[in-house]
Amino acid sequence: MASSFTRILSSKRNVGILSLVGGSVAAGFLLHREHVTAGEPLRRRYPASAEYPDLRKHNNCMASNLTPAIYAKLCDKATPNGYTIDQAIQTGVDNPGHPFIKTVGLVAGDEESYEVFADLLDPVIKERHNGYDPRVMKHPTDLNATKIQSGVFDERYVLSSRVRTGRSIRGLSLPPACTRAERREVERVVVDALSGLKGDLAGKYYSLTLMTEQEQQQLIDDHFLFDKPVSPLLTCAGMARDWPDARGIWHNNEKTFLIWINEEDHTRVISMEKGGNMKRVFERFCRGLKEVERLIQERGWEFMWNERLGYILTCPSNLGTGLRAGVHVKLPRLGKDPRFSKILDNLRLQKRGTGGVDTAAVGGVFDISNLDRLGQSEVQLVQTVIDGVNYLIECEKRLEKGQDIKVPAPLKQFK
Amino acid sequence: MPFGNTHNNFKLNYKVEEEFPDLSKHNNHMAKVLTKEIYGKLRDKQTPSGYTLDDVIQTGVDNPGHPFIMTVGCVAGDEESYEVFKDLLDPIISDRHGGYKSTDKHKTDLNFENLKGGDDLDPNYVLSSRVRTGRSIKGYTLPPHNSRGERRAIEKLAVEALTSLDGEFKGKYYPLKSMTDAEQEQLISDHFLFDKPVSPLLTCAGMARDWPDARGIWHNDNKTFLVWVNEEDHLRVISMQKGGNMREVFRRFCVGLQKIEEIFKKHNHGFMWNEHLGYILTCPSNLGTGLRGGVHVKLPKLSTHPKFEEILTRLRLQKRGTGGVDTASVGGVFDISNADRLGSSEVEQVQLVVDGVKLMVEMEKKLEKGEAIDGMIPAQK
Repeated sequence: MASSFTRILSSKRNVGILSLVGGSVAAGFLLHREHVTAGEPLRRRYPASAEYPDLRKHNNCMASNLTPAIYAKLCDKATPNGYTIDQAIQTGVDNPGHPFIKTVGLVAGDEESYEVFADLLDPVIKERHNGYDPRVMKHPTDLNATKIQSGVFDERYVLSSRVRTGRSIRGLSLPPACTRAERREVERVVVDALSGLKGDLAGKYYSLTLMTEQEQQQLIDDHFLFDKPVSPLLTCAGMARDWPDARGIWHNNEKTFLIWINEEDHTRVISMEKGGNMKRVFERFCRGLKEVERLIQERGWEFMWNERLGYILTCPSNLGTGLRAGVHVKLPRLGKDPRFSKILDNLRLQKRGTGGVDTAAVGGVFDISNLDRLGQSEVQLVQTVIDGVNYLIECEKRLEKGQDIKVPAPLKQFK
Repeated sequence: MPFGNTHNNFKLNYKVEEEFPDLSKHNNHMAKVLTKEIYGKLRDKQTPSGYTLDDVIQTGVDNPGHPFIMTVGCVAGDEESYEVFKDLLDPIISDRHGGYKSTDKHKTDLNFENLKGGDDLDPNYVLSSRVRTGRSIKGYTLPPHNSRGERRAIEKLAVEALTSLDGEFKGKYYPLKSMTDAEQEQLISDHFLFDKPVSPLLTCAGMARDWPDARGIWHNDNKTFLVWVNEEDHLRVISMQKGGNMREVFRRFCVGLQKIEEIFKKHNHGFMWNEHLGYILTCPSNLGTGLRGGVHVKLPKLSTHPKFEEILTRLRLQKRGTGGVDTASVGGVFDISNADRLGSSEVEQVQLVVDGVKLMVEMEKKLEKGEAIDGMIPAQK
């Protein structure tokens, strides 16, 4: 644990040196940050036992794992930016959860949260990611789209294909904790890098504070515009502060590559198109991500990543790949079959309505995507979706012909 | 957010221009007063409990306001906020409280015997009477900032004080997190139960954190004296009854408050008060008396008279619908209460309500008879 923390600090120093060479404004800021005292002890008037939250009516991963002993151990710690355990768990204290849906119940305020509060975060990650143990396992990253096999679906069934993930800029606090200046810096860094994209990736940025009425309407019609978060899961974590300052949407001219800036994460990256060519969607996704990474590195920045947790994002549920690859697919018969849920489970897929999470399917059209995020690579997860969706389409075709279908054997969790 | 202020120190790595909020679309008192100079001067300060300027203004940054209603746009996290951030808060207080100067002194008068009349408002028109205020307990930080441990300590102290009351004030405490369904139903029917705040003005200031931990309602057996614990303030104290005997409502209000205050003082935790700002509460709009004394009164004819608003202004009163602030009146029944909080005493404010409502009822009766009321319109009080 200590060793990966030092690795993070030392990589920040490297970035600092790179930016001296690059001559960016970031240099002064990054070097200056090294001098901020790490984790000063806090003024606390009451013992940990008086401060421990009442979690008896709670059902989220934080509540299941935060024992009074862990709380007592962590309550006086702080990350170098001053983020505390009370801040991390506030969203889980304020949102007891749902008896059937288990939310995560905590967020990270910065990259170091995952180290400083590891005593709570590691068991939460293990529970949420089906047994992935960050203390001993390594997460594979693979953005080589050429490895994908048979990624073009039957378009009589698959209406659209989409892959999304998030990326955080190393050295800047995450949305729950960032200051206005940090958030504006994220916007500057990312927008500056995106302006360097060329060819089919060339595009334009629309700041939420400055967009015209016309631009806003167009973005709504394209289903690109994101709104101020209303979910208390997000607002209680402080992610909507100072809205809409430094928030915006970038998309390429072809409207197939889209980036949200400063919503729930520093960036959310989305590649999509109508039809069933998932291979092309993923190829553009990987190419776009790698280009953006190259462009920010030129300017002395990098993404938050480490080998035990993969890409670092605000919510522990999005660690690893942060990837959700999915399709909108017509499965009217299979959707009504009592074996549908079990088939999805065994294929490590999940279904949602076509409005996204927490919506219902309309007209037999389902949003089908990968369940897992951490412990398998991007290529592995997208292949899982491709193989799985092909299987579902086969089932639908069989049911059309009055033939029977089989529940497949369950896939192994970690490859 | 409670305790530590390492995060504020880290922000100082950025320049004022980089951190200064974008207030170009804002219309609240904070946005009108906060300049880059004031921001620069106060941003590295903190109160002894670690409350900072950005904490004070967050609610005003997140809620640009309404083009017609001017909200305050800032809160205090503790008693010291009003000192440490006075360069911002004094001008806001002045704007909000009719030009109240930083050198002015506020008069406190909870001697109900100084009220003249008030026991003879016509119950055919005045349906109910109510007086409310807030109190903060010295030595604890306020709802935007307090930790779970502090909030629980406040609850414990409040419950100890309240359950020791007897006579007309004998009553019971109902903690929000452990009340039974039957108790909850009863409190709703009595219109006593308060809900988790949904207004972003409050949630963005952090006042709903850890809900419903350490929140609750106490009321006397007669259901005429009610205290909310840990909602928007440490304590909100309400005295009320049906009919027009505002004098009796105010008597019970004053006596009850003084009894409670004595008990808190015995525990070395009196109420937050100073001679410049009166009683210290979370929102600067509630400084001074924190008092809203009002009635539900039937004024169907007067309320449609062209001079209604002017009459209210001259009487230093305000109208609300019967659902409270930001609601419409129903069936010609209005909630009429004092507009002022700071710069006049409790007795003076309730006197204005008593005299003003009496006059308006007489105007209503005249209008019923088809007579003019022009001769009755008062001078500006």
